Formats: sequence, structure tokens, C-alpha cells
Amino acid sequence: MITTAIFGIENNGLLGITALLTGVALVALALWIAKLISPSSFNPQKGEAYECGIPTRGESMSQFKVGYYLFAILFLMFDVETVFLFPWAVRMRELGVDGLLCIAVFFGILVLGLVYAWRKGALEWK
Amino acid sequence: MQDFSFITAWIDNSLRSLMPGWLAVTTECLLVGVGLLLVYALLALFYIYYERKLCAAFQCRLGPNRVGPMGLCQSFADMFKMLIKEIIHLNHIDRFLFALAPYLVIIASMLAFAVLPWGNGLQIINFNIGIFFLIAVSSIGVLGILLAGWSSNNKFTLIGSLRSGAQMVSYELSIGLSVITMVCLAGTMSVEGIVAEQADLWFIFKGHIPAIIAFVIYMIAGTAETNRGPFDLPEAESELTAGYHTEYSGMHFGFFYLAEYLNLFIVSGVAALLFFGGWMPLHFPGWDGFNAIMDYIPGVVWFILKAFALSFVIIWFKWTFPRLRIDQLLTLEWKYLLPINLFNLVLMVIVIITNFHF
Repeated sequence: MITTAIFGIENNGLLGITALLTGVALVALALWIAKLISPSSFNPQKGEAYECGIPTRGESMSQFKVGYYLFAILFLMFDVETVFLFPWAVRMRELGVDGLLCIAVFFGILVLGLVYAWRKGALEWK
Repeated sequence: MQDFSFITAWIDNSLRSLMPGWLAVTTECLLVGVGLLLVYALLALFYIYYERKLCAAFQCRLGPNRVGPMGLCQSFADMFKMLIKEIIHLNHIDRFLFALAPYLVIIASMLAFAVLPWGNGLQIINFNIGIFFLIAVSSIGVLGILLAGWSSNNKFTLIGSLRSGAQMVSYELSIGLSVITMVCLAGTMSVEGIVAEQADLWFIFKGHIPAIIAFVIYMIAGTAETNRGPFDLPEAESELTAGYHTEYSGMHFGFFYLAEYLNLFIVSGVAALLFFGGWMPLHFPGWDGFNAIMDYIPGVVWFILKAFALSFVIIWFKWTFPRLRIDQLLTLEWKYLLPINLFNLVLMVIVIITNFHF
């Protein structure tokens, strides 16, 4: 016999919000306690960026390597495709051969996409 | 199988006899929140001690052994030290995003933590898309890390957070695909259902070869997802000081530290859920006597022991493999793990169609 509803609460949204608020409360509470008991002193040097001692040259919130961006796009493509695979995975046995053929076409396109990105050299870190 | 719902049902009944229904539900939600908070904090403290002791053992050191018996109070002392450190106000940061980042990181791990099945009747969020919800919320953590690195206005943190973003985002694919492989076998996405499916045999035995491949890939991807072990280049101390949380001080830094250890627990907890039956005791079909003996051990003990054993493996990785370079890391994911994972999904489908699983 498997029972899972804690306190018999069937409303999972309520429990989800409880967990979310617990996370917020943890951070807010710990920060508040830390502010109460931690010392604080003023020194203009403290506000500077953590580097080797001299002020940072140039802008820190600057442009970055385009390679990260490429991988983010690839991720987006594959992640959306994984989302489409999930519903099929749950009903795999019921959908039978029809579902299998449909998902095979979809899966083929997914693999083709990976092969294309690979051949184009999008997976190389330059 | 021990059932913990009789305790919660007893509390529920006595609360309802004392006060109106809505107040009883509010009190129960408060109880759930306090319980979550306590378990979360205590588990993080235990994990800090556990990791330090294990690291010491791997390096033939003693580890923490002065504060309390066998150094057991070390992590409490650490936490207290972190609380009394000054929180430094920096000049050139984006204040709002800088303050928001720890909230996102903690919320992501707290929501994922609430989905884990601790025992019979001891699971908090129980959606029918539980495992999907878990993947969805745990990816909020990436946002927190990216925000932390960007808002700190420091070159070390920017590079650290971008590396971390690229790494976590890439390895999330592998996690998603190995989860799909196991969802195929389970036929359900609800955490409760996945545990119930393993009542006769754990999935790692039931799905044999594809399940073992999925397990190995999940463990590798999970290690990368928590920024640990050979994949700790977002915070490679020799090149980036501390990575994305360089500019955080005092308790602000403490949140990242806390979430990192909790993510280690969550990754091992999910591995325990998908492959080793969650809180389900070790059962073999037909071995009735053996199964009855195993049922005497409570589900909570099973779940915690499985999670700790899998965390041990992840900590072991850290002291066995050297740190990867970023190009090696991305090659490993995109050219090895992803194709193997896609192939493994097909293999699992074949195994299920031919009814070749146990």
C-alpha cells in the first residue's frame, strides 16, 4: 500500500508554493540574522572589485566569447525536442506501432540536426 | 513497508478537531515549511562534514577532528563563522540582480528537494509530472549562477558564470535523456508511480543493459550539473579565484555553498529514485522471505543510505580524475554522451517492445 499525500493535502500547488516560500524565508532569515550579528566598518577600499589590488581596467560587463552563445542555441533546440519526447515516453506502450513510427521520424530529424551541427563544426570549441 | 502517513494523519485529525479547516491546512503548510527548512539545513551541514571527512580519507589525512567528537561540530562552527562575517557592500555592482541571485539558487534547490520521495507518505510535492517538474525547477539554478556572475562586475565572475552556464545547460540534455529512458520503462512521470513500479525489482535490474548505461551517463552528467569533481572549472581556483561567487561575502556566499551541497544530495537522490527504487526496499520477485525481511528496514533509511552511497561515488570522482578543459568538457557531452544517450533510448525502446526486461 503506497500513500504519498502528506497530511492528506491533495493540492500540490499549495505545497509547491510552501516550498518556494520556504526557500525565500531561508535566505531572508539567514541574511537578517547575519546583518544583526555581523560587524561592519567603512573603508573605501572594500567596495572595489576582487582583483590583484589595482583597479580593473576597462568594462567588466563586457562582450564575451561567441562560443557560449552557440552552445546555448544548440541546447535550446535539443531541449525543446526532449520536451516533445516526454509525453510519448509516458504513453509508449499504449501508442504502439503508430506512435513508434511517428516518433522514429521525429527522432530521425533530431539526429540529423545533431549530425548537421557536427559536420558544420558547431561542436568544436575554437 | 512502514507507512508514515499514520503520523501525518494523526496530526491532521487532531488539528482539524481543534480549529477550522483552512487554519488546519495553513498550520500543516507551516509545519511542512519548517520541516523542509530543518532537514535542508541539517543535511547541508552533514554533507559539509561528510565531504571533508571523505576527502581527508582519500588523501590519507584525518580531516576535521578537533571540534566536538570526531569533529562532528565542525560544520556548525563553520556555519556560525559564516554568519558573523561582514557582508561587504560593493561599489560597481548591479545591486538588485546581485541580491536576487542567492534567492534563485536556493529556491531552485528547495523546490527540487521537496519532490524527493523520502518514504511512504513522506513526499511533499507529488505532481503527476513529478520528475519533469524536478528537471524544470532545478534548471532555475543556472539563472541564479549567471546572474551572480554578471551582476558582480568582475571579470573572474563573468568567465566563471559563463563556463558554468555552458556546462550546466549542456549536461542538462544528458540528464533529460537518461530520465526519458527510465520514464519509458516506468510508463509514468510521477515520482510516486516510479517508486511503485519498482516494488518488485529496482529499475537498474529490471532494465539491465540500457538502464546501466543510462545510470552511468546520469552520474557523469549529475557530477557536471553540480559543478563538482573533474567538472569544477567554473570555480577553478587556480585560474578564476572562486568563479561566479568571488564577490559574495559572509552569509551571501554561504547560500551558494549550501545550495551546492544540497544539489549534490538532490542529484544522488534522483539517481536513487530512478535506478534504485527511491525509498523502496530491495525486493526480488519470488523471494518472499527475503522481501519480508527487507521490509523491516524503514523506507527513510533506505532512501538516505542510497543517496549517501551515490554521493560517495560523486565525491570519489573528484579525487580520481583531473579537471577537464572546457573544450574537452563540451566534446565529452556533445560528441560522446549525447549520441550514446540517443542510441541508448532506442535500445531501451527495443528492450521494452521485445519484453526483454524482467
